[in-house]
Amino acid sequence: MTSPIETDVVIIGAGPVGLFAVFELGLYDLKCHLIDILDRPGGQCAELYPEKPIYDIPAWPEISGQALTDKLMEQIAPFSPEFHFNRMVTGFRKLDNGRFEVETDEGELFHAHAVVIAAGGGSFQPKRPPVPGIEAYEGKSVFYSVRRMEEFRDKDLLIVGGGDSALDWTLNLQPVAKSVTLVHRRPEFRAAPDSVNKMFAMREEGKIRFEVGQVTGLKGEGGQLEAATIKGPDGEVEVACNRMLPFFGLTMKLGPIADWGLNQHENLIAVDTEKFETSIPGVFAIGDINWYPGKLKLILSGFHEAALMTQAVKRLAHPGEKMVFQYTTSSTSLQKKLGVQ
Amino acid sequence: MTKITLVAFDGTRFDVDAENGSTVMENAIRNSVPGIEAECGGACACATCHVYVDDAWAEIVGAPEAMEEDMLDFAFDVRPTSRLSCQIKVRDELDGLVVHVPERQA
Repeated sequence: MTSPIETDVVIIGAGPVGLFAVFELGLYDLKCHLIDILDRPGGQCAELYPEKPIYDIPAWPEISGQALTDKLMEQIAPFSPEFHFNRMVTGFRKLDNGRFEVETDEGELFHAHAVVIAAGGGSFQPKRPPVPGIEAYEGKSVFYSVRRMEEFRDKDLLIVGGGDSALDWTLNLQPVAKSVTLVHRRPEFRAAPDSVNKMFAMREEGKIRFEVGQVTGLKGEGGQLEAATIKGPDGEVEVACNRMLPFFGLTMKLGPIADWGLNQHENLIAVDTEKFETSIPGVFAIGDINWYPGKLKLILSGFHEAALMTQAVKRLAHPGEKMVFQYTTSSTSLQKKLGVQ
Repeated sequence: MTKITLVAFDGTRFDVDAENGSTVMENAIRNSVPGIEAECGGACACATCHVYVDDAWAEIVGAPEAMEEDMLDFAFDVRPTSRLSCQIKVRDELDGLVVHVPERQA
């Protein structure tokens, strides 16, 4: 067991609201660690619509999701937040000393005065393809990611999808697997053209199969896949396979946070509107993941929530200390923290 | 106002007066048509507002653009007239449009 990372605040989610929380907390000298399931900051802004313009960020008549993320990263840089990407928060408990312990699926432990849930629509998780009965095969012969290529050695592999993941794994697993069949609903791909060309070349050489169609059924007992039915433009074909890797993008789920015992309102976390605190004191929820009467899922609402949450966290982390409210325009101490003095 | 009809998977018809310039998805949500989820709110980023355009209307509505076609890869039971309803803008020529909601969204 690694020793826990001691910090002031753990922020779950590195989307725009989680990032801005670093700024607000930083002004009060509260150090943050951020945990996100994605491999980079920005949350939905970076994952779902990096190129799409957003028109309702104050003072930005138009800004893209990626540009907003970049600007926020620049704004919080003086506070040196520490990021832990590709991780999902799994465990949570209150410690005897009043602090909280948060655990990730990689086994890291964090100890903090406060936990701020800024998880937006939830954590991005692989989308389950719409194939009846697929649940029974998951984790046994259907996998949504490749952890070790060796697990696919000498297997008859069915890869489904038309993006980079599907194409990359088709190319990379072909030398390892006994056979590889790629299935995509159309002959065009969303993947890098170079990978697509390589895939078609492999097919020419007879190294892989490529079927145009959609998987409509799976066969095999006890979770062990034996064949898949593929419905294509010319009817149905059956492809023998004992491993399937579907790549259907990501969807958002609340995940393990749902089991923390927080009061919820239709899959959202109920908070008050003074501190944006959940039903567990010391645990806060800001941004799209929270709910209160009148809630609007706007980035700017999340920014406001971050500012008010910070006041409460400051009191929690340094009880009894006098709260001095200051403006960044005039306070020399804040400007020093921002590195502009 | 342009009249459009959304047919839910169970056959229930929703006849809607739609404003030109609004999307079919927005009208579905406003009228609580079951089976249209629109998780991403209309950003063409999730494929949960998938509909089948009625065959009679497929040509007038037109084919999806490349980005929408890419997103349709994530939809369930995609057919030749599949569209994401957030990408169909209501206009005069679509008066009488009929779209069908699939059995499920992805």
